[in-house]
Amino acid sequence: MYKILKKEYLANNIWLMDVEAPRVAKSCLPGQFVIVKMDEKGERIPLTVCDYDREKGTVTIVFQVVGASTKEMAEYEVGETFMDFVGPLGCPSELLELSEEELKKEKLLFVCGGVGTAPVYPQVKWMKEHGIDVDVIIGARTKDILILEEPMKKIAANLFIATDDGSYGFKGNACDQINELVKNQGKEYTRVIAIGPMIMMKFVALLTKELNIKTIVSMNPIMVDGTGMCGACRLQVGDKVKFACVDGPEFDGHLVDFDQAMLRQRMYKTEEGRAMLRVQEGDTHHGGCGQCK
Amino acid sequence: MEVDVLKRVPVREQEPKVRAANFDEVCLGYNKEEAMGEATRCLQCKNPQCVKGCPVNIDIPGFIKELAEGKVGEAYQVISRYSALPAVCGRVCPQETQCEAKCIRGFKGDAVSIGKLERFVADTAAEEGIQPAKAEKMNGKKVAVIGSGPAGLTCAGDLAKLGYDVTIFEALHKAGGVLSYGIPEFRLPKDRVVDKEIENVKSLGVKIETNVVIGKATTIDELLNEEGFDAVFIGSGAGLPKFMGIPGENANGVFSANEYLTRSNLMKAFDDNYATPIAAGKKVAVVGGGNVAMDAARTALRLGAEVHIVYRRSEEELPARVEEVHHAKEEGIVFDLLTNPVEIHVDDEGNVTGMTCIRMELGEPDDSGRRRPVEVPGSEFTLEVDTVIMSLGTSPNPLISSTTEGLETNKWQCIVAEEENGQTSKAKVYAGGDAVTGAATVILAMGAGKAAAKGIHELLSK
Ligand SMILES: Cc1cc2nc3c(=O)[nH]c(=O)nc-3n(C[C@H](O)[C@H](O)[C@H](O)COP(=O)(O)OP(=O)(O)OC[C@H]3O[C@@H](n4cnc5c(N)ncnc54)[C@H](O)[C@@H]3O)c2cc1C
Ligand SMILES: Cc1cc2nc3c(=O)[nH]c(=O)nc-3n(C[C@H](O)[C@H](O)[C@H](O)COP(=O)(O)OP(=O)(O)OC[C@H]3O[C@@H](n4cnc5c(N)ncnc54)[C@H](O)[C@@H]3O)c2cc1C
Ligand code: FES
Repeated sequence: MYKILKKEYLANNIWLMDVEAPRVAKSCLPGQFVIVKMDEKGERIPLTVCDYDREKGTVTIVFQVVGASTKEMAEYEVGETFMDFVGPLGCPSELLELSEEELKKEKLLFVCGGVGTAPVYPQVKWMKEHGIDVDVIIGARTKDILILEEPMKKIAANLFIATDDGSYGFKGNACDQINELVKNQGKEYTRVIAIGPMIMMKFVALLTKELNIKTIVSMNPIMVDGTGMCGACRLQVGDKVKFACVDGPEFDGHLVDFDQAMLRQRMYKTEEGRAMLRVQEGDTHHGGCGQCK
Repeated sequence: MEVDVLKRVPVREQEPKVRAANFDEVCLGYNKEEAMGEATRCLQCKNPQCVKGCPVNIDIPGFIKELAEGKVGEAYQVISRYSALPAVCGRVCPQETQCEAKCIRGFKGDAVSIGKLERFVADTAAEEGIQPAKAEKMNGKKVAVIGSGPAGLTCAGDLAKLGYDVTIFEALHKAGGVLSYGIPEFRLPKDRVVDKEIENVKSLGVKIETNVVIGKATTIDELLNEEGFDAVFIGSGAGLPKFMGIPGENANGVFSANEYLTRSNLMKAFDDNYATPIAAGKKVAVVGGGNVAMDAARTALRLGAEVHIVYRRSEEELPARVEEVHHAKEEGIVFDLLTNPVEIHVDDEGNVTGMTCIRMELGEPDDSGRRRPVEVPGSEFTLEVDTVIMSLGTSPNPLISSTTEGLETNKWQCIVAEEENGQTSKAKVYAGGDAVTGAATVILAMGAGKAAAKGIHELLSK
């Protein structure tokens, strides 16, 4: 059993939790993920490692309520436990393979959207701790749904906020902001790391390809086991089929087939919609899910 | 009870029509009267051939003798000296090619139904709460076992009986390996059979730590050097699914058999009370002809689909057990033999709409001795299906070999280990089961776990 030690509401249905999991905390690195199974009957839910404390033996997860399982997860309180919490899974961020010398030669730009801001945070923190300055863009539809602005501001060399509606910071989406920085302000980057909704990563990758900047994306396909056993998480990357849970989750953004990945992510939409209905309506459930008579 | 010595006592099964719509066990097994009756058919050979046919050399006449006298507890203790998982083996071992194939009765009439007798003894022992005998005293040495499939459970059980302090590390949230995630409920009940046998292994003092992926959370070197284990056994199986590499294979509605079966068995997607979804499909093609393909097909059938097995060779070459093919046919699964997929059709939403296949004929024998299937030119046709399940075999996951220095693997990613004692190329590290042989059988994995337990005991008792 894995105990929840802290719970905090960030914004826009996004929650942060610290979970006691000493084995995971001891060995996890930025870029990796965990799988949480809340109880006996729960799904296995993949979530990125957003921070960790090796001494306290805790791992921080940040999740957004998007469906039945994440809704249920948000109802867990401090002191309660998750039945299963396995990790770290996947490969650590590719950046950690570079030596400090090599990293200092790089000019990095992190681009994050929505709940994807959370897993970017430990990577930027790691860079800061190793004396490497990086720029960060956070993109959001509107000001109210921004998360982690303050902590990110403390560790990023430059933090750019872009909102679609212009309610805060730069008016435009993340791609407009990249264009502004690179084309108008003449900034040079050697590498972009984009983490967020697939649609955002797709357009960032299209743009950086045109700008000729190497780009890493963190893919979040549907998963079951997370250990390479089922192939549910497979993606087309260049001319190869890759399993995101063991070969990734980070990949070269210029090689990923995003259109296919987005179709695959929607596979269970109708089934999951029904599960959501069951949760919301509880005992009052009276049909409409398409399954009952 | 009247017994015809030439014929085996028939075993009761659920009616095909009824069972095609439920997940309850197909074979109902013997009752005590039937089991004792069947047991009297054993000739109690002085030089029993059946024992030679058994990869773990269970004293088969020995346990049958006790059973014939109605002493089920004694019969159980005989079996449990050799096997930690008799209720499982009684159900899934290919007895027809092992012990029963060698039975003298089989020369003139039916072989003794050894598997069904083993199952009866194990089930009855479980009902009566009889457990295997525990070690009298611990020897203070620690062994780590990676993976809780049949190989790991057997190795752990044998070492615990010798007094070792054994911990099994399992990547998934549930122990059992393929027994839990792969083989379906209707062939191998989880609560009643698999979980019980795992409890028996635990009752010997074995600890099981789930949710630990070796190679990620910790490594073999850390287990040996930091966590104080004196030896390690790798029984991590062969879980990596293969795909064909044909167009359309990444469409929604194409699954590996592992994914389909894991959703249904491990995550219990067939039960509405569990959160994990499964796309049951209305018309399903299962590509492949092994036990895994039969299990996937029969699972899809129970979820309400019309199911076709698509296999490129003929019936004779089907690698699945005869009993499974027979059951599948009885339940109404269609066999499209000498047929091979070439392309999967996909609509704008990314969903499967059909699969083009080509007819095959058998040519010259290949390396495996089976006749090689060759395409019949111009024989393409389209099978209209909404779901395709690929069951083309699996290979070992590189997770452990890639994080353990000095561990030799072969070109199929299998760990290289000595057959007689499981020793790998790395000191204090042993391996066995599917991780070494590639996908094989429960009993062979158990045999390898046993051999490695002996090897580890030899090393640590020097
Ligand atoms: C490696 C990895 C890391 C992840 N990290 C995080 C994280 O740090 N924080 C976070 O909030 N989420 C993360 N996700 C996504 C998270 O796992 C899903 O949001 C969650 O499983 C949805 O479960 P649900 O039952 O609440 O929603 P569902 O009802 O399953 O889905 C609701 C909607 O989300 C879509 N969806 C389903 N599964 C996924 C998925 N795996 N990824 C994205 N969308 C999905 C569906 O198409 C559907 O439209 C990660 C996923 C992966 C694979
Ligand atoms: C659907 C299906 C049907 C089958 N039917 C039959 C049958 O009827 N009869 C028969 O004899 N055989 C059958 N088999 C084959 C048989 O189940 C296997 O040969 C046998 O289970 C192999 O045992 P094992 O212990 O080597 O590995 P497995 O049973 O595969 O167990 C390996 C375990 O190790 C765990 N693991 C892997 N990597 C790690 C890691 N890095 N860290 C921690 N844990 C790890 C896995 O999660 C798994 O639980 C079937 C197989 C399948 C898939
Ligand atoms: S999630 Fe099953 S293989 Fe990646």
